[in-house]
Amino acid sequence: MADMERKREQILRISGVNPRKCMRCGKCTATCPSYDEMEYHPHEFVYMVETGEIEPLLKSESLYKCLSCMACVERCPRGVEPGKLVEAIRLVAVREKGGDRITANDIPALLDDEMPQQAIVTAFRKYQK
Amino acid sequence: MKVTYYPGCTLRTKAKDLDRYARECAAKLGIELCEPETWQCCGGAFTASNDEIATKLSSVRALKAARDADTPLLTVCSACHNVIKRTNIAMQDTDFAAKVNTYMAQDKDFTTPYNGETTVYHYLELLRDVVGFDKIREKVVNPLTGKKVAAYYGCLLLRPGKAMRFDDPENPTIMEDFIRALGAEPVIYPARNECCGGYVALEDGASAEKKSKKVTDSAVNHGADLIVTACPLCRYNLIKNGSKLPVVYFTELLAEALGVKEAE
Repeated sequence: MADMERKREQILRISGVNPRKCMRCGKCTATCPSYDEMEYHPHEFVYMVETGEIEPLLKSESLYKCLSCMACVERCPRGVEPGKLVEAIRLVAVREKGGDRITANDIPALLDDEMPQQAIVTAFRKYQK
Repeated sequence: MKVTYYPGCTLRTKAKDLDRYARECAAKLGIELCEPETWQCCGGAFTASNDEIATKLSSVRALKAARDADTPLLTVCSACHNVIKRTNIAMQDTDFAAKVNTYMAQDKDFTTPYNGETTVYHYLELLRDVVGFDKIREKVVNPLTGKKVAAYYGCLLLRPGKAMRFDDPENPTIMEDFIRALGAEPVIYPARNECCGGYVALEDGASAEKKSKKVTDSAVNHGADLIVTACPLCRYNLIKNGSKLPVVYFTELLAEALGVKEAE
């Protein structure tokens, strides 16, 4: 429990997000291009960080459905910036020992001839430490 | 005018057309591009968290090279632009910059700390703000008359608007104005600033397919003949996922209109 409280504080600190600014309008989730693939939606990320339910978020596949497109960040009427919160939680997850989502060995099987380098380096930044 | 030119990893490999036409058009427009010998890949993604230092260093080196050369820094790829622009804004924060400069001090050529002094232009911003679209219009020799062109902004050029300051993030006009300057007709369609699926394509092609199809369907339904983009990954995702329209780089369209492409 103490560990999760420490992680919650870390997430708030590195994201700079204040979930208490949220007025629960749901616009972040409504505008999210990945909402129908997510177990926890952007507004739930915000709410669950506020209430301290960190562990399910750290384990959720939803972390890897976020496209970092920043639509939720741009369109939040209260400036909560849910996408930055998702990014901080994903970082805390992949920084754990054994937390890498992908490794260099996984890459060759995922490639095709046309895939731009940009996709590979970006996924590495997002999924691996 | 002289600018420091940052091509980025993909323009040297899978997106050579984006780079080649950018260079040739710049020459035609009287802009001298100076590519630093030692640029490094930007990493493709800006990590927003404020304790991420090492992932910012390659961008800071490019920004610092431009500052030391006393020129603006020019990018073409949407991802490079997003990463470098946001890094530059982050470096304007004194506390954050102090941490980054501690790392930077280990570089051989490090002299003066970097604090976000460089002006960063995307190629389109340079055309709009420095060259001017009116000037471009005057230089067009092959006007793209009758072509209905859908500008695809995607996310990286526009968001987050607070940092990118590229255009109105919800109702941008820069690419449409660019298209008009070339003599073509811009097509406004609702999905022009929605995400193509981005890097998720690497491990989840089905997810990227859904997003890309929404974009291309939207452009088709609004009567476009072709889609233009500044982003190699957007182009890959749209084509890979069955775009019925050609997807071309904005620099290629510019080269066509300026008569640079046929001269090759």
